[in-house]
Amino acid sequence: MSGHSSMRTPLARVRNLGSSHTGTSDFWRQRLTAVAMTLLIVPVLVVILMLIGRNHAGAAQILGSIPIAIILLLFIIASTWHMKIGMQIIIEDYVHNEKAKLACVMANNFFCVAVAMASIYAILKLSSGV
Amino acid sequence: MTARIERPLSPHIQTYRVTLTMALSVIHRATGIAMYFGTLLLAWWLIAAASGPTAYANVQAFTGSIIGKLILFGYTWALLHHLVSGMRYFVWDLGYGFKPNEREALTWGALIAGISLTVLVWIIAYAVGGGR
Repeated sequence: MSGHSSMRTPLARVRNLGSSHTGTSDFWRQRLTAVAMTLLIVPVLVVILMLIGRNHAGAAQILGSIPIAIILLLFIIASTWHMKIGMQIIIEDYVHNEKAKLACVMANNFFCVAVAMASIYAILKLSSGV
Repeated sequence: MTARIERPLSPHIQTYRVTLTMALSVIHRATGIAMYFGTLLLAWWLIAAASGPTAYANVQAFTGSIIGKLILFGYTWALLHHLVSGMRYFVWDLGYGFKPNEREALTWGALIAGISLTVLVWIIAYAVGGGR
């Protein structure tokens, strides 16, 4: 990271891919996943409402059906991705110590991937009926 | 070595009068953070469904309790509020709705729609599930 003694001007540092070095890809993916969830929210709510009051056998049957499993998988991928980006933005806003920031960003990635994998595994297991 | 130039900084939050759009911006983040940790509940529920009747009964015992229902109600509001509040950002991203009356209307709309949709979902939930 270049400090204030650098020959480069602040403008030059943020040109092209900017200070994050990744350009606007997170901004775009945040919107992409948001639109995806906006489209998926009604089917997802319907699925959850269908499960109210059912016992395990009934719930497992519904969750394991092909269209419902696909809807939930799409929603899980979009939401965990969305929340990974959202939390990273919050971390970058408030955690100024570089080492603490890296640790937080790493923990954020681990948490989101773990939640996503656990949920995806559960749905695939329900779909395979074992 | 060039001396560091003291450029003017933008005023921090204490300097501003609290406005509706500012409050909703904070609530948007707060509901996002709440749902971030709330996904643990969602993952627990799915894993329980995949594990078997005993594990699933544990989840149902929790979601059927007063505290569980309060958390689920809060979760529903956080989800639906974040959704409609997020729609304002689509409008702003496309370059519309920046006039004072427009942004106030969008923000009031998000607040009211979030609460209304939450109540609507819970009315449907009680109608379908008979209070479970």
